[in-house]
Amino acid sequence: MRLLRPLVIAVGLILLWQGVVWIAQPAPFILPGPGRVAVAWADHHALILANAATTVTEILLGLVIGTGLGATSAMLLAQFRLARLWLLPALVASQAVPVFALAPLLVLWLGYGLASKVAMATLIIYFPVTATLFDGLRRTDPGWLDLAQVMNARPLSVLFRLRLPAALPALASGLRVATAVAPIGAVVGEWVGSGAGLGYLMLHANGRMQIDLLFAALLTLTVIAVALYFAVDAGMRRAIRWQPDTAPGDDPRS
Amino acid sequence: MTADPLDDPAGAERPPAVSVHNAQLVYATETLFAGLEFRLESGAITALLGPSGVGKTSLLRLIAGLAQPGEQGRVDCDDRRPIAGRIAYMAQADLLLPWLRVRDNVTAGARLRGETPEQGQAQSLLARVGMAGRGDAMPAMLSGGERQRAALARTLMENRPVVLMDEPFSALDAITRARLQELAVALLRGRTVLLVTHDPLEALRIADRIHVMAGRPATLDRALEIPGRGPRDIASPMLTSLYDDLMGRLSSADVAP
Repeated sequence: MRLLRPLVIAVGLILLWQGVVWIAQPAPFILPGPGRVAVAWADHHALILANAATTVTEILLGLVIGTGLGATSAMLLAQFRLARLWLLPALVASQAVPVFALAPLLVLWLGYGLASKVAMATLIIYFPVTATLFDGLRRTDPGWLDLAQVMNARPLSVLFRLRLPAALPALASGLRVATAVAPIGAVVGEWVGSGAGLGYLMLHANGRMQIDLLFAALLTLTVIAVALYFAVDAGMRRAIRWQPDTAPGDDPRS
Repeated sequence: MTADPLDDPAGAERPPAVSVHNAQLVYATETLFAGLEFRLESGAITALLGPSGVGKTSLLRLIAGLAQPGEQGRVDCDDRRPIAGRIAYMAQADLLLPWLRVRDNVTAGARLRGETPEQGQAQSLLARVGMAGRGDAMPAMLSGGERQRAALARTLMENRPVVLMDEPFSALDAITRARLQELAVALLRGRTVLLVTHDPLEALRIADRIHVMAGRPATLDRALEIPGRGPRDIASPMLTSLYDDLMGRLSSADVAP
């Protein structure tokens, strides 16, 4: 049932799409039906997959770098008062600048290649990771900290063996958000200026009225984003198996 | 292989007597206690008995080096060495880390100090508290009694001459509590122990000396010395009369200004 459910949802969405096409009868270059898009995917699969590889590389690099930078920042913020006083306001201010407005600048500075897209994805991932992990690091059970103090724990051990594991559930929330928005960063970067990637392919297909190809690329991006989200979600669940997982809806009394 | 800390408490060294001088705790405008003098005799279990909110835990935390803002006092050992690093602490909450197996929780102190944990020692201590087969379990799988047993093993693993216990058994059911009291008395023998409790029976059952702390600002009365060694049979006539004595002290202290 766990594997069947996403399949049922996907089939349902495709049927809905086909239904709209049957009823509204739009021109194929406005809204192509699922069949037409499937044919386009089959015809151009090599092209789509090659560009998908580029986008996936950008997203994954952005996730790794953004998570690394975000986690480091959060730990610096948690550990040093000076960092909280100076870095935190700068961090919040940096989030007031829309990343999309920065995209042309990043392309100008870092070029049309991979680097500017990875930078976009990193920027968009950095904040949720930093904010949630910092929050988690500050909420360690005071009892554990007392115990660690009486045990003469080293400050770094308290951070890495106590505060960090205790903050993992909070980090997991941030990583889920980050994973969901990471493709946006990469694709926006590709739209602004690039020669490869699914965003580039969509823009290219749009310009040539190959709307079926555009849809095929878009669906590929969606599948990648969803797969990535579930992979990260499963990974985090494994890492925090000790954390009781209860949803109010699962409560037999409610 | 190092010596078993249970047969050789604190490395054959006589555990220090610990005295607290001029302890004071002031919240905003209220004085919980001031000028308090308190002493833990070497190698004895001293119970600090009193109603909730009187400042027992604060006094324990002062000794543990966990004083809160507004709290001060001098803590000395009779061997003139500093007390820091010679204390093991056991709280009402078991404070097991939920992401570590029981075995790794027992060696948490070594991990947090960056030392190599002594797995053999941990295993034998788990056996001593009756948890031999539970080393690989996660804390979430344990019952309340098992969790406190694991916490007791972690406390003993520290092998410190002074042990501070803050109502460690008060969340347990009567039977489990009695078993753990017996276990604690047997395993902590030979160390300087402070047991904070609000339960006169618990104090009578396992302590060598009992101080009643009551009133506001709180005062400590002279220690009540309990003959014999714990765990004692609480049905004995001697304990019944001591119980009446304690209840008398608790209630008379209660009406003091």
